[in-house]
Amino acid sequence: MSSVNTAAHSVVEPTPTAKRIAGTIVILYALVTMIPLAWIFLTSIKSPPDSISYPPKVVFTPTLEGFCNLFTTRTRQTPDYIQALPPPTGTCDEITRGRNMVIAGPSNYWPRFGNSLLIAFGSTFLAVSLGTLAAYGFSRFRVPLADDLLFFILSTRMMPPIAVAIPIYLMYRQFGLSDTALGMILLYTAVNVSLAVWLLKGFIDEIPREYEEAAMIDGYTRLQAFWKVVLPQATTGIAATAIFCLIFAWNEYAFAVLLTSGSAQTAPPFIPTIIGEGGQDWPAVAAGTTIFLVPILVFTIILRKQLLRGITFGAVRK
Amino acid sequence: MLARATPTTIAVRVRGLSDRAIAWLFITPTIALLLAINIFPLIWAVYLSFTNFRANRPNAEVEGVGLRNYQRVLNDPDIWIAMQTTAHFVFWTILLQTVIGFALAYLIDRKFRGHAFWTTVILIPMMLSPAVVGNFWRFLYQPQIGLFNYIVSFFTGIPPSSFEMLGSVILAPWAIIIVDTWMWTPYVMLICLAGLRSIPDYIYEAAEVDRASTWRQFWSITVPMALPFIMLAVLFRGIENFKMFDMVMLLTGGGPGSTTEVASITLKREAFESWLTGRSSAFAIILFVAVFGLANIYVKALNKVKQR
Repeated sequence: MSSVNTAAHSVVEPTPTAKRIAGTIVILYALVTMIPLAWIFLTSIKSPPDSISYPPKVVFTPTLEGFCNLFTTRTRQTPDYIQALPPPTGTCDEITRGRNMVIAGPSNYWPRFGNSLLIAFGSTFLAVSLGTLAAYGFSRFRVPLADDLLFFILSTRMMPPIAVAIPIYLMYRQFGLSDTALGMILLYTAVNVSLAVWLLKGFIDEIPREYEEAAMIDGYTRLQAFWKVVLPQATTGIAATAIFCLIFAWNEYAFAVLLTSGSAQTAPPFIPTIIGEGGQDWPAVAAGTTIFLVPILVFTIILRKQLLRGITFGAVRK
Repeated sequence: MLARATPTTIAVRVRGLSDRAIAWLFITPTIALLLAINIFPLIWAVYLSFTNFRANRPNAEVEGVGLRNYQRVLNDPDIWIAMQTTAHFVFWTILLQTVIGFALAYLIDRKFRGHAFWTTVILIPMMLSPAVVGNFWRFLYQPQIGLFNYIVSFFTGIPPSSFEMLGSVILAPWAIIIVDTWMWTPYVMLICLAGLRSIPDYIYEAAEVDRASTWRQFWSITVPMALPFIMLAVLFRGIENFKMFDMVMLLTGGGPGSTTEVASITLKREAFESWLTGRSSAFAIILFVAVFGLANIYVKALNKVKQR
């Protein structure tokens, strides 16, 4: 058997030349698509004049000015006033004074970032909890109209967000949920639960029923079997689903920009509004973008084996 | 002890909830949440679409206007232009992403050394926030200082300040198509790759025995067998790009003029800037029915292809 396989394999195995050509093209493509991301990072450590120089600078003196400008609000002062101040207390203080400004206070970036964290984790926790229960229900029991219900759950995801936002806006205004973290958590939970149910149903379907049946013969109730047998088996699937929900809620813009304006605003609608003197402060925007993107980069690498499943709602499994 | 002696099914019933109760207990919260956050508002929107309600005047008297909102939306030339813009955008993004995505998947499937690592690198753009990254592309597209213009001028010799990707009526739609293609080609690539990997080796071996050329194998085996996967990718991308809002909003805001005003942007203008809540609800429902209807037709076609 194995000899047949190896012999056959050589027929379909691409030639070394084919591999080399394919590899070169793919690597070139990958490098080109990384240019915008590399540029975000480079811009974040440039000074504002360097960031808008022509031709674009690849070699420059790195500075933390972008990050300082991201985290603070500043006011312009006369050189005399700055001279009279006590010595600077930190790097940002020093950089800011070099531009004839003083730090007036913290910016809104960390509060917005905190909102993003709270809303993303809150909605993910709820969506995955509800989704796990529903997925188990659909996977293990004969539910009347199961296919229709599952399709209904999926179809809620097809609606254009702006179309959903109109009535949600009115409803939230009525119930005092406008611009609240709770309102956003509920909304993102509703959007994510469809993904969670579909993905988790796939994962739970793959756990053999015999495990629970064996546990129940040993005296577990159905709930105990679910808790002590199925959940531990489904951990990988639940973790992958959670990361997908987290990424959606983290990246979401349309609902956030329409339904939050102040205290519950998340980072995506906030970052484009970062401006400096005389227009957009690109190093600060780049710094905010870099911090915002790093968690997603980490999660993408963790998730790489499950990505396919996640993006197709479990329709394609490897 | 008694329960242990009885058959399992009865034991379960004695000691816990019945399976049927558990099934409903587990499913109901999800359905309830979707009813509250998705269906109730949708029904409300249907109701509003038959009225002249305006959200910025909550105290004004609400009157039923019958089908007038629908008539107005369907007869509004601006909305038809927006639909055309959307169709143009969906067509080109899907065409480019499918061609490039499939080509990349085919090349990655040659299994060169390091292909797993480079696949992960290629996948990164699609995981990022379209809004936050789209916002940064605005900087790359700046006419004088932007990196995109610089690179184009470096390779073509056109002065970098002679063209404005976002400010020109001709180029702005392409500026958006480029960013969308940059971001979502990996998505199509990943699904196509799964399709290519699902083709069993023995089919190629049989073709090899029959002396079929590589070209012939590609068109008679690879493409038809990967087709359901390609169609699935097109379905998902089609739905997503029909709804496209954030990237366009941040890159051009629909401009210049209204050259890049896709349906979602028009809807946002009518609903949240002109506050024509009733009319925009009618438009929203037309959009939803369109997505839903097209997706259904497409899924049917997809199933036919799968059955072949």
